[in-house]
Amino acid sequence: MKVILEKRAQVSKYELVAVRVASIVLALFSVGLLFIFSGIDPFYAYSVILAGVFGNAYGISEVIVKAIPIGLCALGLSVAYTAKVLNIGSDGQLIMGAIFATWIALFSNVPPALILPSMFLAGFIGGLAWAAIPAFLRSKYNVNEVIVSLMMNYISLKVLDYLLYGPWRGHGVFNYPITDEFPMFARLPLIPGTRIHYPTLILLILLTFLILFIMNRTKFGLEIKAMGDNLEAARISGIDIFRNSLIVMLISGGLAGIAGVGEVAGIQYRLIRNISPGYGYSAIIPAWIGGFNPIIVLVASLFVSSLFVGGNVAKVSLGLSYGLVNVFNGVILLFLISSEYLVGYRVRIEWM
Amino acid sequence: MVEPIIRMEKISKRFPNVVALDNVDFSLMKGEIHALLGENGAGKTTLMKILFGMLKPDTGTIYINGKKVKIKSPKDAIQYKIGMVHQHFMLVDSLTVLENVALSHENKPIVDHDKVEKRIKEISERYGFFIDPRSKIWQLSVGEQQKVEIIKALYGDVDILILDEPTSVLTPIETEELFKALKVMRNQGKSIIFITHKLDEAINISDRITVLRKGKVVGVVKPSEITKADLVKMMVGREVIETVNKDKLTNNLSGEPIAEVENLVVLNDRGLVALNGVSFVLYPGEILGIAGVAGNGQRELAEALIGARKVSRGKIKILGIDITNKKTKDIIKLGVSYVPEDRIRFGILPNLSVAENLLITNYEDPRFSKRITINYSSFKNVALNLIKEFNIVTSSIQTPAKFLSGGNLQKLLIARSAVKEPKLIIVSNPTTGLDVASVAMVHEWLIKMKKKNVGIILISEDLEEIIKLSDRIIVLKEGKVAGNFVGEAKITEVATAMTTKAPT
Repeated sequence: MKVILEKRAQVSKYELVAVRVASIVLALFSVGLLFIFSGIDPFYAYSVILAGVFGNAYGISEVIVKAIPIGLCALGLSVAYTAKVLNIGSDGQLIMGAIFATWIALFSNVPPALILPSMFLAGFIGGLAWAAIPAFLRSKYNVNEVIVSLMMNYISLKVLDYLLYGPWRGHGVFNYPITDEFPMFARLPLIPGTRIHYPTLILLILLTFLILFIMNRTKFGLEIKAMGDNLEAARISGIDIFRNSLIVMLISGGLAGIAGVGEVAGIQYRLIRNISPGYGYSAIIPAWIGGFNPIIVLVASLFVSSLFVGGNVAKVSLGLSYGLVNVFNGVILLFLISSEYLVGYRVRIEWM
Repeated sequence: MVEPIIRMEKISKRFPNVVALDNVDFSLMKGEIHALLGENGAGKTTLMKILFGMLKPDTGTIYINGKKVKIKSPKDAIQYKIGMVHQHFMLVDSLTVLENVALSHENKPIVDHDKVEKRIKEISERYGFFIDPRSKIWQLSVGEQQKVEIIKALYGDVDILILDEPTSVLTPIETEELFKALKVMRNQGKSIIFITHKLDEAINISDRITVLRKGKVVGVVKPSEITKADLVKMMVGREVIETVNKDKLTNNLSGEPIAEVENLVVLNDRGLVALNGVSFVLYPGEILGIAGVAGNGQRELAEALIGARKVSRGKIKILGIDITNKKTKDIIKLGVSYVPEDRIRFGILPNLSVAENLLITNYEDPRFSKRITINYSSFKNVALNLIKEFNIVTSSIQTPAKFLSGGNLQKLLIARSAVKEPKLIIVSNPTTGLDVASVAMVHEWLIKMKKKNVGIILISEDLEEIIKLSDRIIVLKEGKVAGNFVGEAKITEVATAMTTKAPT
């Protein structure tokens, strides 16, 4: 018997979905083995997790809560990745957005009526400005944006620390490195009974359709797709590589900044050290898988966020260690990404 | 009967939707030059890729010196003393010549750069290549990269050398030199397989010819025992008569020039002078052939004309308008089209659809776009018409371009330049790697454009093509115009200009 890997000529939508579903099933099976090693009945474990995540309104609302920042970052990243501009700095850009929004909320003189829109604008600018540095270095000096944007994540964390331990430390917070709470008019309204800050959610949905429009209908969309596919050919066709690389990087930074605003104004109501538990990094996978299609990016973001929530449920309800939660997420993502290879290749078995 | 040095038996290979090789037998005797002849897509490269370990056959066996072998990778092939010079270069763009050669040969963990450089220089001098081992691949032109491939193949101790269409980027003089070198190797006992679709070369150089057609062996013949016409029939299965009707213009100086280039100075990617004061004028309905060995400024000239490369000094005027250092999009709007060389590297967007590829130089056209949007549905009909007009084989205009064959990709690039009625067309090496029928189609199209009074700048390293099509020929050598030929020109005269020192 010989197993032959044949490159597929065309991939049907059916095959695309089938491979991915199969990989998720395999991943869940492997994690089930992990549960067994931890002394837990895997079926019981999964039923608890599924019930916790999808079986009740609160679980579902939590999935949405986490999907907002992940989705916003992923949306922005997908635009950059289309042009093969590899922005890894979403997390730092999110933090910068949060910082700028905090300044507006706590330390500016913006009148209360205008404060929420100002915060969103400021957050957008903050994330955009943070992304502008790797963007400019890349366009002008061909400096690798992966490294610069990644390193700037760490810089943003230190800036955050400086502000929280220093000039922005709140009063009456027992010296914890957190700011004062935002005034009521600087907090986003929630859907009652949940933690969903719906203005940001609406923004996410609107932006999804905006990006869909940009990708499929505009000249800019065609240009960045061309850049990502064959940079030389794009250059010869007259596409402004410099300008476009800059723009996609700024867009991805700006959207991450908006995600940051959502977190400070909608969830925490203050600026804290752990304002992003890695949302910017988690957004990379949905952005990469989604490709040119923002709808898929959104769906993938929902999936990643349900992994987050599922992991938390496992920790809380099953008493599993925090490490296992990461293993859980990691295994599923690993299977998904590895299966991408099989999307392009068909397995043929020859019985000799 | 003497055992062949290489025997391939019953080799079959299929790719998705296509049977590339169907029970092919092939044998190579020691000390012979054996041509593997066939049209594009006949399976020649596939067969040799199997011999060189780059592909695994679905069925069949390979014997070397009578012993059955399994060649699992090029490193195995190299151990069996087989070397291969590829048609589509297998070079790492970001590394230097020296590093690329070392990659395929040096097995020790630490590479002795000086030793490798010395050996490269040895081989280069023996065959007349002038390549700086320290230059990076992406900085070299197509012809120079090919020379690197040859050096790579000759680097080790090879008994069997496979060459895949090596002359597509060489001048006649260089081709003769290569053939001379190959004959020397053969007389020293080496065995050579020479893949080509050029009949004349096969007859000229080889001791035996194996003809492939659509993945099957049509026959194995000796050049002395067969006529050219019969060979054509074997390759193609029908008689192909190639006639190009050309009305030679005798310099229509009364029209307004389409393009005027004055003392152009342009730098290459390495910051060195590629064009050193080039001047010429092009009139409507004229085909200006730009001849020259790769690496003498051709690519830089084309890119300067289309606005994709900075002009350091000098002027370019198109239709009387100074377009020096203007943006590509503005130049395209004036009616200039560019069909770049090396379609895979510079022309095609592989994962985007055929329609998007056709659109990529045309999306500013008000027929299918507004200020920021593109109207894909109004482009659809244009695209479908182009597919029909240029006979591009594809199941739909949504198919990603990477699924098209070489010939169809070239037609795609040409169709792209025909969306708008151009006034000036710049084509660079449009027929490399194309089969007889496709070459004829490209040439017919150029003549058709010429008859419509389009000005054409034809940059080509195929001298026969230049002579056949051009009204005037200028030779580029080391960035200067080294020769100016009008009317009938002999190949040898032009070739001489290409290889002797340029006038100062």
